[in-house]
Amino acid sequence: MTEAQSEQVLRVDAYPTHEVGGYRVRAGKPFPFGANVVPGGVSFSVFSDQATSMTLVIFKRGEPEPMAELEFPEEFRTGSVFAMTVFGLDHENIEYGYRADGPYDPVTGHRFDARQILSDPYARLIAGRDVWGVEPDRSRGYQYRSRVCLQDFDWGDDTPLRLPAEDLVVYETHVRGFTRHPSSQVTAPGTFAGLREKIPYLKELGINCIELLPVFEFDESDNMRSNPETGEHLFDYWGYNTVSFFAPKAGYAATGRYGMQGDEFRTLIKDLHAAGIEVILDVVFNHTAEGNEQGPTISFKGLDNATYYMLTPEGYYFNFSGTGNTVNCNHPVVRNFVLDCLRHWVADYHIDGFRFDLAAILGRALDGTPLPNPPLLELLAFDPVLRHTKLIAEAWDAGGLYEVGNFPAYGRWAEWNGKYRDTVRSFLKGDPGVTGELATRIAGSPDLYSSRGTSASVNFLTAHDGFTLADLVSYNDKHNEANGEGNNDGGNDNASWNCGAEGPTDDPEVNRLRMRQMKNALAILMTSQGIPMLLSGDEVARTQQGNNNTYCQDNELSWFDWSQVDDNAELLRFTREMIAFRGHHRELRSTSHPTGQVRESLGLPDISWHGERAWQPDWSAESRLLAVARCGTGDDDVVYVAMNSHWEPHDLELPALPHGRSWHLFADTGAEAPHDIRTPGGEPELENAGKYLIGPRSVVILVGRTPDPEL
Amino acid sequence: MSLNVKERRNKGGTVLVATGEINSETSGQLLQSLLPLVREGRPLRIDLTAVTYVSSAGLRTLLVVYREAQHAGVAVTLYGVSEEVRFVMSATGFLDFFETGEAAAAESKSTLKSAVAR
Repeated sequence: MTEAQSEQVLRVDAYPTHEVGGYRVRAGKPFPFGANVVPGGVSFSVFSDQATSMTLVIFKRGEPEPMAELEFPEEFRTGSVFAMTVFGLDHENIEYGYRADGPYDPVTGHRFDARQILSDPYARLIAGRDVWGVEPDRSRGYQYRSRVCLQDFDWGDDTPLRLPAEDLVVYETHVRGFTRHPSSQVTAPGTFAGLREKIPYLKELGINCIELLPVFEFDESDNMRSNPETGEHLFDYWGYNTVSFFAPKAGYAATGRYGMQGDEFRTLIKDLHAAGIEVILDVVFNHTAEGNEQGPTISFKGLDNATYYMLTPEGYYFNFSGTGNTVNCNHPVVRNFVLDCLRHWVADYHIDGFRFDLAAILGRALDGTPLPNPPLLELLAFDPVLRHTKLIAEAWDAGGLYEVGNFPAYGRWAEWNGKYRDTVRSFLKGDPGVTGELATRIAGSPDLYSSRGTSASVNFLTAHDGFTLADLVSYNDKHNEANGEGNNDGGNDNASWNCGAEGPTDDPEVNRLRMRQMKNALAILMTSQGIPMLLSGDEVARTQQGNNNTYCQDNELSWFDWSQVDDNAELLRFTREMIAFRGHHRELRSTSHPTGQVRESLGLPDISWHGERAWQPDWSAESRLLAVARCGTGDDDVVYVAMNSHWEPHDLELPALPHGRSWHLFADTGAEAPHDIRTPGGEPELENAGKYLIGPRSVVILVGRTPDPEL
Repeated sequence: MSLNVKERRNKGGTVLVATGEINSETSGQLLQSLLPLVREGRPLRIDLTAVTYVSSAGLRTLLVVYREAQHAGVAVTLYGVSEEVRFVMSATGFLDFFETGEAAAAESKSTLKSAVAR
């Protein structure tokens, strides 16, 4: 007898006690919420504080009309939880939802309507948007249908990688956009399975953490706009509009039409882990797809509007998210919902971390005021299941709360460092007087994170939101006309510079400068203390033709064009070597902010600043040149990075090295490929030991080490 | 759609030929047919040439059979997996657990796998 057979114990609760609507049922277990397969049936459990009655609505899969409506008997209610086990259901072939009856009185916050069938907020699978882009039949009464599934995926020996935060190189990408382009040549473009086929590319690039734009079920068809130039229908492509928080997006799975998106996504995660790559999910708890009073009722609105949303005294929706509603994150019930959700993704999907969209909202009280000690943030920081996951905050919101450097961290939260982005962009385009702040940013922003260490800072120059790297050096202004909002959407403060021509150009000088500027950006990013984050495609100069807000563009504007891998091999090689270089030099990944303390073995401080003259940095208002030398513990090498955003070259005097070491050239963005960058460890020794001429708008990286006798 | 199951015994082992769909309605029947064959201890081939669709429950059933076979030290090989079924199995990770193929080489490999599992 195998373990499986010996498990088939007879249980008393495998027998019905009641009959409701022709189905044999018994009282279910209030916990866990959601629908769970139990011996002989399915247990359904749903919470509503103010509902006067609750009905379970069951459909045969895909059918427009329900096959059963079972009202929960009063004795099946525990507190405010309705729980019932229904026997004899074929869990694979049903969809379910709820009707909640109760008061309809928006002024007091209640919006019950028993005519509406509501999605289970804890549904682990959703049907109704199974294939991306298929126009939905909006005449159907129940659009986003909860489904039951087993959680018995075989993870084999998959365990969390637990990579130290300081060692991460994050790669932000969109599941569909990464392989949807025909040039990807994967079996199932635009899916989890497609992304899985590209793992070798990611591995070769050298990143060790992938951050996915939202993958919780959302409705890509909820954008009503069209491209005014082409008439083309626009989408909700990014997906920052969650319909169901526990369900992976079916339209991102090649097997979504069969309801197997859960297994497909888990298989991707398992294989990413096997390749040494962690998975971080971009999660959106600040608002939902239900919008304001004019938005649809999908789930929360009809189950317990006053619990789940921040409401004004008149019963309207607070809008700190800029999207119509604001989730009442610090309400005790909602806190638990968020916690249950994240635990689910960690326990059932082996997710390694989360990036929280507009996370400042997670620190607001029920009336919207910022809390000094937000219980939700504390809860997530100390939760046993989430204990070793990465928690990254986008530390601002649309209501004007900006907490970069002040986010309530509890020693756990890292932040997208918006100040890093703005400072380095400003320096790159040649703004004067930025060298002082540049020094602070590349040293891990000690002004912001002195008590939290450098890995609290996620350093980035580009992200999904805003210009790509190629566009940052090709456009002075955004060009968002295709979004259908008269170029009024998207940020105006981009700190970008087009290098002398707006958009594509045949001018070889301009194109050369753009290439150099992209390399400069990557060189600074990869040698900064903190966690570097790269936007997918920046390594091959992906362009969005100046559109800095492609949230609605499911087309070549957004997709990764794989032909660029060959066409922009020079930049790709540069990026790979820069990532590898970071991995080779622990001093770049030090978690402590530098103190200037002298390292005994080298006689040099952990960090030192230089200008044209060694040891004499120029902090003046006109300065556009800064050099930094780092040496760390454990590494006997010294890394010297000179950053020149001036349009003139400069002669650099190099700091002297201790006896036996000499300067070796790793990268010079001013040099023509292949001499722009070397392989770490294979750097040639400088011929003129004490001097180096840095070209206009260039970055030079040197390594001070013992000469390699074989080179 | 229903599932039809036929057994064929030969020198090398047992072949079970399935026709139709393997889903939550039919997977119980498949399991009833397969588990006794696994317990016989002879190498087992499951021929899926005439299987048009395997649902999530169906894939789980096949994996249960594989686990039982592993426990008993029996080699299980899937044969004649259609392109669509193979793709679904691959995308959802189930294919990683099975030996599939049409060649004796695959069979000996799977025997080895089971031996290791023991």
